[in-house]
Amino acid sequence: MTAPAEILDCRGQRCPLPVIAVARRLPELPVGTVVRVLADDPAAAVDLPAWCRMRGQEFLGTVTGPDGPAYDVRRRH
Amino acid sequence: MTGSTVLGSLSAPHRGDLGHTRAIALTPVSASPVYLDAATAAPLHPVARQALLAALDDGWADPGKLYAQARRARQLLDAARAATAETLGVRPDELSFTPSGTAAAHGAVLGGLSGRRRVGTALVHSAIEHSAVLHAAERHVAGCGTAAEVPVDRLGRVDLDGWAEAVRAPGVALAALIAASHEVGTVQPVAEAAAACAEAGVPLYVDAAQAVGRVPVPAGWSVLSASAHKWGGPPGVGLLVVRKGARWESPWPADDRESGRTPGTVNLPAVVAAAASLRAAAADAAAEAARLTPLVDRIRARVAAEVPDVEVVGDPHHRLPHLVTFSCLYVDGEALLHALDRRGFAVSSGSSCTSSTLRPSHVLEAMGVLSHGNVRVSLHRETTEADVERFLAELPGIVADLRAEAGVVGL
Repeated sequence: MTAPAEILDCRGQRCPLPVIAVARRLPELPVGTVVRVLADDPAAAVDLPAWCRMRGQEFLGTVTGPDGPAYDVRRRH
Repeated sequence: MTGSTVLGSLSAPHRGDLGHTRAIALTPVSASPVYLDAATAAPLHPVARQALLAALDDGWADPGKLYAQARRARQLLDAARAATAETLGVRPDELSFTPSGTAAAHGAVLGGLSGRRRVGTALVHSAIEHSAVLHAAERHVAGCGTAAEVPVDRLGRVDLDGWAEAVRAPGVALAALIAASHEVGTVQPVAEAAAACAEAGVPLYVDAAQAVGRVPVPAGWSVLSASAHKWGGPPGVGLLVVRKGARWESPWPADDRESGRTPGTVNLPAVVAAAASLRAAAADAAAEAARLTPLVDRIRARVAAEVPDVEVVGDPHHRLPHLVTFSCLYVDGEALLHALDRRGFAVSSGSSCTSSTLRPSHVLEAMGVLSHGNVRVSLHRETTEADVERFLAELPGIVADLRAEAGVVGL
């Protein structure tokens, strides 16, 4: 799996804020970049993949580490 | 919300008070209320009101006693049972009235499992069952039973291959499938699921809360539950139907009322009202479905076309006639509900911020669809085309304002 180039710390934020954070940041990065989103709102697990599908971006998966649930997203276009 | 409604109606006689007039003058919008949450509770059917009032005078005695007042109550209860059984196409002795749809669902799951515990301890259920069913499943698992969840597709339709495989597994005591999703309206393939259960020799429990009084429920089930306030009956009445020959054993302490399936004296006036309104709703069901389906289709089409970045969810064709769900990207569900409420629209949401647990709806989660900014609109016999048009006219502006406030326009 590609290592994330950047980490967006959205812990403590309620949905839709983590999704908004990705939507703001991803277009500023080069195509192919992977961003890791730290989000402890359980809705993020549903909404980040759904956003990727709606926006044609790539959802790479969920990685749960010491910082809690994390979600990797790759800019595809 | 319920509390303030009750307080509102209690304070109605003071409508002329200066304070009230001032409150109205200060309220920016005085739009008439449009109630679009029938899937939670439909407004009381006029037939239910009539029957309830009559039964309050006539049906207060304990139907189990041996005197004239009790016999009158017994007649009412028997008539209510006969009418309801006839509407459902079942035998009267297969039907019990419970204190709620939730109690009926709990009894259906736990009693169905208990009755077959010699066969096994496994429960199979879809991922989109009502929380009442899932909570009963949790209780079963806590008591050393097991539960296997069958996934649904993006449209909210249960995976039939997965279902057939799950019910064929050894030790399955009961399978539970909701007739149609209470959150997204997708009608489930109950007949096919029932066939798979029959082949495996596993009884099927169908939670028909959103179907009874609106759409036919396919045959093939062994246990069924429903809830009166979903079809315009009063709250506090559920139906539990156990077909003849089905193995079902009461999970509750012994009580001989209602064929021993649910303890306690029934709320007879409410039961009579439930029965009367079910008969009326069932008689009008086909016409109501024909009237509401195009309105739901209109909401699905117009919301998708006129609200940017919205996901209309649920099966577009195999769906309930009265219920439609969509999610608005970047919008906070709670803020959207409050904004709609300020404009007079009462709707529900599966977004996490609107739930007491702060978890997103397990139904939306199972479907893999957007859970934030979620709205469920459900129509009923009093919903007019004008109500729907007003909702459709105001929604795009409400969503746009919320997005502008949140600074997410153009994302």
